[in-house]
Amino acid sequence: MKIRYQPVIPFDQETSNRLKDEQHGLHPDDLYLKPGRIPHIWCPGCGLGVVVNTYINGLKMANLTIDQSVVVSGIGCTGRVAGYLNMDTYHTTHGRAIPFATGLALARPDLSVTVFSGDGDLFAIGGNHFIHAARRNVNLKVICVNNFNYGMTGGQVAPTTPVSARTTTTPYGNSEASFNLPYLAHASGAVYVARWTTFHARQLVNAIAETLTIKGFTFIEVIAPCPIGYGRPNKLGSGLEEMIYYKEKSLVQNGADPRHVDIALKGKIIVGKFAEEKRPTFLEEYDERILNKFRRTEG
Amino acid sequence: MSDSGILTGEHFINGDEACAEGAIAAGCRFFAGYPITPATEIAERMARRLPQVQGICIQMEDEIASVAAILGASWGGAKSMTATSGPGFSLMMENIGLGMMTETPCVIVNIMRGGPSTGLPTLVGQADVMQARWGSHGDYGVIALSPSSPQEMFDLTITAFNLSEIYRLPVLVMGDELVGHMSEKVVIPSSDQIQLVSRPRPDRPSDTFLPFMPNDDLIPPMAHAGEGFHVHVTGLTHDEQGYPVITPIVHERLVRRLVDKIRLNAQKIIQLEEIALDDAQVVVVAYGCTSRTAREAVQHLRSQGRKVGLLRLITLWPFPEEKVRQLAKGIKAFIVPEINYGQMVYEVERCAHGQAETILLPFMGGTIHTPEDIIEAVREVLP
Repeated sequence: MKIRYQPVIPFDQETSNRLKDEQHGLHPDDLYLKPGRIPHIWCPGCGLGVVVNTYINGLKMANLTIDQSVVVSGIGCTGRVAGYLNMDTYHTTHGRAIPFATGLALARPDLSVTVFSGDGDLFAIGGNHFIHAARRNVNLKVICVNNFNYGMTGGQVAPTTPVSARTTTTPYGNSEASFNLPYLAHASGAVYVARWTTFHARQLVNAIAETLTIKGFTFIEVIAPCPIGYGRPNKLGSGLEEMIYYKEKSLVQNGADPRHVDIALKGKIIVGKFAEEKRPTFLEEYDERILNKFRRTEG
Repeated sequence: MSDSGILTGEHFINGDEACAEGAIAAGCRFFAGYPITPATEIAERMARRLPQVQGICIQMEDEIASVAAILGASWGGAKSMTATSGPGFSLMMENIGLGMMTETPCVIVNIMRGGPSTGLPTLVGQADVMQARWGSHGDYGVIALSPSSPQEMFDLTITAFNLSEIYRLPVLVMGDELVGHMSEKVVIPSSDQIQLVSRPRPDRPSDTFLPFMPNDDLIPPMAHAGEGFHVHVTGLTHDEQGYPVITPIVHERLVRRLVDKIRLNAQKIIQLEEIALDDAQVVVVAYGCTSRTAREAVQHLRSQGRKVGLLRLITLWPFPEEKVRQLAKGIKAFIVPEINYGQMVYEVERCAHGQAETILLPFMGGTIHTPEDIIEAVREVLP
């Protein structure tokens, strides 16, 4: 057949460089952000900016450089975190950040691999991958930004949406039970389980820094406002008002039994570090039990 | 065993095992898979063999995770592979698309059984060859190989790794149950006799490196994780920096290149076996296990003086359009035996373009053609 193509317009490197030069380097944390990628796509009042900021500060606190750190994301609002961080970042398919990160972490145990994704990505479409990576204790730092709904697609029900909450696909209120994520993570074998809200920025930095120094599958749930997708239909107010809600309704209970930290609509939010245990990682076990049998001794 | 871990020598092994040995010989050091008949022997062999060469073999929770993991390992710098059969291949389509979009070298083996759905788990099929071409959504170029013996399972697995490294994409090895489970002599050469290729690597410092800016051959060099290039890899439409840019202009440029890097290099990629084509009036086009039957039929017919030849497709995709077009000009008919209801035959008919008749000999799956099936079909054209 004969093909009549549309013209190809080449990459405009000059403009791209100019945008980078103009816009990059003004903020003290720009070292951590990919040149030319800001402004971000998140809505006003969204909690993701806080989470990215705490991650950057967590890296600093843990003395990890951007060359040693890798971020893998799934799909959704939180999935876009990867694209802003100035390190090797991988924005994968919906729900598959964890198995992608598993391959990367096993091939490159020298790198610190963090998985950033949302509650829908990690626990609906990606739920099976989550429990298996936790069971295997792959050395992954999982940060789940939980905004109780699918934000990117316009506010649909998620496995974390509390009973009776309204979303665009639960117009009469949600009739399904929701996941208690710390309980699920703990039961699946995560070696570190914590929950904070975006109001608890300092605690969150500490928690992220702590997990970055621990080997194994760690899990931090970050409760974050989604004033557009979730706040509006449930009359939670603006992003600021949601922060005030977190301030007033959060209860710090380090060591709380993860079975009892589920969240009801407009109910109290128990936060803190719930569990930590030591358990050999997938690679440590694989190395000792399997690779070691075939390792040649030097000399 | 040599230092490279290659089992140099002569072996009596099945195609699945030969595939695993080919992968080891090609430098594969990461395998992620999920058990499925009739491909399980590949995972079993890899689980036994990879630790011997300090590689990692992991059984994932499903085939979706298996492809995700080999993509991740590939960005970590490892040569990686997974293996499956029809139902698993269907699950893999999503992340095959990610691999195509992010130009991630790796190898995906499909030991085809009868479908659709659970179909004939233990019996042969060839009905996934169009899925290999079009299975994941969107446009992209594909390389798919069709081994017809355990020896070729070994050889073409190495070829698949090399092509995946050269052209930066997941390369599909489309074996079938018969070839996977058939045991024959497999000759494994010494490591210095095996030619290996590695992916193109950055040739400039990170401040001027654009991770998706192609070289003249349309292939961009690949920076691995942890090398300081700070690459963003995304399944979204992205520009040469790797940044998401959701515009028709960037999409045109990217998707055209993903297709063209294979299309324009097709003549370099395509491998064919041509038997008795010179004066042929009928050409049998066959691949995989079916080509073994076809070979027998063609030899028999030639011994009776009938002018028939065999075009064996070693490369299914890209399809050898030029070759089929050329042949069509001088022959009466193509005969295409396939263990499906007609898949590659559509390509043959398209390229024949009415200049030669195209005759399909389909089997829905579970069994293979006999030479007589093909002989009879040829005799109808050449009485």
